[in-house]
Amino acid sequence: MNELSQTMTQPAVPSAGWFDFAKRHRAILASIFVLVFPLVMPFTALAVNILIYGLYAVGFNLLFGYLGLLSFGHAALFGTGAYLCGIAIVHLGWPWYAAIVMGILGGAVMAAGIGALAIRTRGIYFAMVTMALSQCVFYLFYQAVDWTGGENGLRGVNVRTIDIFGLKLDFINPLTRYYVVAAFVILALFVLSRILASPFGAVIEAVRENEARARASGYDVTRTRLITFILSGAFCGLAGALMALHLSIVPIEILHIETSGMVVMMSLLGGMGTFFGPFVGAAVFLLLENLVSIWTVHWQLIVGAVFVICVLFFPAGIWGTILKRINK
Amino acid sequence: MAGLSFDLIALQLFTGLALGAIYVLFAIGLSLIFGMLTVVNFAHGAFYMVGAYVGLFLLSLGGNFWLCLVAVPLIVGTIGLVVERFLIRPLYGRGIDYPLLLTFGLSYVMVELIRIAFGKSGYPFDTPEILQGAVNIGVGYFPLYRLFVIGIAAAVLLGLWLFLERTSFGLIIRAGARDPQIVRVLGVNVSRVWLFVFGIGSGIAGLAGLLAAPLQGVIPEMGATILAEAFVVTVVGGMGSIGGAVIAGLLVGVVVSMTSLFAPEMAKVSIFALMAIVLLIRPQGFFGRAGLMS
Amino acid sequence: MAKKTTGSNSISRRRLLTTASAGAVLAASPFRINLLQAQESTIKVGFPVPLTGPYGTEAQDQVRAAEVAIAEFNEGGGLNGRKAELLVRDDKLNPGEAATRTLELIEKEKVNFIVGSLSASVQLAVNNVTKERGIIYNSISQSDEINEAKDFSKYTFHEALTPHLTAGAVGRYAFPKFGKKVAFLTADYAYGHEMVRGFQEAGKAFGVESLIDVRHPLGTTDFSTLLPRIQALKPDILVISNFGRDQQIALKQATDFGMKKSMKIVAPILLYTGRLAAGAQAFEGVIGGTSYYWGIEDKLASAKAFNDRFRKMHGGKVPSDYGALGYAGVKALLMGAKAAGSLDTDKVIAAVEALKYDYYKGPEYYRKCDHQAVQSVLIIESKSTPQKGDADVFNVIATEEPNEKNLRTCEALGHKS
Repeated sequence: MNELSQTMTQPAVPSAGWFDFAKRHRAILASIFVLVFPLVMPFTALAVNILIYGLYAVGFNLLFGYLGLLSFGHAALFGTGAYLCGIAIVHLGWPWYAAIVMGILGGAVMAAGIGALAIRTRGIYFAMVTMALSQCVFYLFYQAVDWTGGENGLRGVNVRTIDIFGLKLDFINPLTRYYVVAAFVILALFVLSRILASPFGAVIEAVRENEARARASGYDVTRTRLITFILSGAFCGLAGALMALHLSIVPIEILHIETSGMVVMMSLLGGMGTFFGPFVGAAVFLLLENLVSIWTVHWQLIVGAVFVICVLFFPAGIWGTILKRINK
Repeated sequence: MAGLSFDLIALQLFTGLALGAIYVLFAIGLSLIFGMLTVVNFAHGAFYMVGAYVGLFLLSLGGNFWLCLVAVPLIVGTIGLVVERFLIRPLYGRGIDYPLLLTFGLSYVMVELIRIAFGKSGYPFDTPEILQGAVNIGVGYFPLYRLFVIGIAAAVLLGLWLFLERTSFGLIIRAGARDPQIVRVLGVNVSRVWLFVFGIGSGIAGLAGLLAAPLQGVIPEMGATILAEAFVVTVVGGMGSIGGAVIAGLLVGVVVSMTSLFAPEMAKVSIFALMAIVLLIRPQGFFGRAGLMS
Repeated sequence: MAKKTTGSNSISRRRLLTTASAGAVLAASPFRINLLQAQESTIKVGFPVPLTGPYGTEAQDQVRAAEVAIAEFNEGGGLNGRKAELLVRDDKLNPGEAATRTLELIEKEKVNFIVGSLSASVQLAVNNVTKERGIIYNSISQSDEINEAKDFSKYTFHEALTPHLTAGAVGRYAFPKFGKKVAFLTADYAYGHEMVRGFQEAGKAFGVESLIDVRHPLGTTDFSTLLPRIQALKPDILVISNFGRDQQIALKQATDFGMKKSMKIVAPILLYTGRLAAGAQAFEGVIGGTSYYWGIEDKLASAKAFNDRFRKMHGGKVPSDYGALGYAGVKALLMGAKAAGSLDTDKVIAAVEALKYDYYKGPEYYRKCDHQAVQSVLIIESKSTPQKGDADVFNVIATEEPNEKNLRTCEALGHKS
């Protein structure tokens, strides 16, 4: 009797022991994953791309998943970060770290500019306005040929060695480049997690959950939105700067609408409103693109179809759905 | 720069109207769908593109352009009906972004399907013979086909206005745009209304694509840029307002045309600058509902 | 602690199954950890071209032609028995994607050479990546900038024409024939600007008067706002400097506006595939330049040999203009390696610099200061009624023989002598 009742009252063992183990050793597993990742990918440059686009998506998700504002113009932030980093290196001759700071600032300032105009609108309107303003940014950068190279893009973002605390790292070496980028991305993710855990993070959630109540509670909703936009811009700007260093060029296509659409797709695929979801989405998107391209030139059909299926049946995204299953 | 005579400016104005006519047809469908369904149709550009390709296909089967003018909106409209019924309807109530996202993904699929069916490079689209050549409109020679486009757009607008103002179905649509809840309470099958509105909107977009085809040929990507520009039109005119779409569409067409005269490089940026100004002064657009913006 | 009698066994069995299957999937997947070194015996030529996108047709033709070059090289014994292989990649006409693909080709596939691509921006992107890593790159599309000191490196070669050369050749033909008052309709990007510059440079010798230069953004689909201005000025010649679809639409609309009645329309390049796509009406009466047209096989043995080989390998088709560049670009590097007898980069560079060749269009060589292939330019006009089959769309009305003087000078490009 005793044993039976103990069995009854004992909480059920989590559905799979692996997940429990993983949760408890999150940090170590994540670090091992990051270290091993490039070896498992088809080629290292793809792994770097995944990191960069993952950060871009995470920055975007801050605005979309956490605050609930769908922007279709985030390419402007990503691209501005890339261009300012590139311009700092090519035209101003600044060292790599100063260029990265420029990228971050560029993204933040551009976000402030676009945000000031777009924050006045809401919901669906916001998506359209950000898209149109981002097109404007595209045309402006396109015209500034002397600084940006115009249609031909900015070439010459060549950083051969990363000089850090006396250590000279060969940036041309693919693995070294990966680890340098990974270091930045991990740092950015850490900063983001601190922001989300801070009181400001709570305000963001409050605004998303119930705007009227947040306003009634005395929070300045417009200011919150703008600040979140700027933070999002900073993260996306960093991603752009890393992209410029990785590819050693900044293509004008980085400001295209497709780049804005891409990050929306990645966030949704992975799971918006979760921390790692956008990363998973970026990885899935880029891997799909890379793999499917081997079999067929019509990879956009597959990716588009997968996306539509996700919207219809898996709105929580891949990672979001996985998390839900684990936590059941 | 050569002297800018009155004739040249007037001619340029007419060109702007012709350009605007396409924008208007495209933006009307977008505005209708948003006004009624509160759905931003990111696949609207894809419907436009499909309209052009369907026209191309029908012509290759031996049809003529006049047949296409009737058949294309019907065919594309039917595709729109199917899309609304099976892809968008399940998403109502799930949150305002979902239909937007779905139509966005759908546009990728539609564009790629057309690429598979018709190839990547695109095709030329000959102006129908009767409509070739130019007429003297007083200030200079103006292509006949562009006059035709202005005429068709006006006819479609008239037909749409009559439909909305004079028929009972049109009455339901107008009421539904103002207050969907009441309409449902009154016993109207709102789902069916939305279905048809989506179909009508897509059909008109397809017609716009067909009309644009002789001007620029057809390529799978033709819907992408006009979508961004149409967003400007709807922001300026006011989402959900047909009248706003018309005025803003013509305005955008004329702005692009006139800027091309003085500073062609800035022509594209000019409309976004216009949008930015409108956003600063009157965020709901000329005729939009103020409630949307708060 | 109470034990769940069925629980733990099923968990551990499940755990075992899932990990085993995960392992199997990992082993079978392309994501295998690359512990094995790639085979070193073949000579690898990376070939990033835009297989998806608006120039997919041209790109595929480039691949076909490159395959001819590889086949010929291998049949000729290769490099001391070592054969070559072509690694085709899709750069999606996107410089960022091209840079990623180039990194993959260099870092993972360890290619010896890279040849490509089909757009000015993409080739500059590829070039930036290859020169940083010391890999020889032969560009097969038009650009004035790739020869300039800023982008150039000793690893950079340029088999294709430059806008300056092409526009100049067409101008030198057209200006004396059709008149001095010239209007320009130009795509507002590097390609367009470079073409206009080439025309105006050539025009100086003929006293050409440049009436107006109307710029249009890339991807313009409606020229109706721009054409009336040009018409009003009554030029003798209208030079339309744009590419691909822009060109097709511009020619079409210029025809619609009746402009061909009062002026001669001239373009720097008339694309073979463009002519097939846009049709005879739009191209009627238009004169332009090209690097290659299959029809010269009547007069040139090397063209005939290339065309015949292409026909044999690809079901009777003939190569297009850009396609042929794929052939020449690959062949030049492989022949250079053969002449050098090794794959050592500096030795190959020296050998290619010394090459004097006639692979498909007459005599060519690479100029030392900027590795630009000095070659002929064909002046063509559209044929309204093809006689020798569907591919018979152009008439070659003149040929400008290879001459270094027609290129921009080394000093102008920024090279120190």
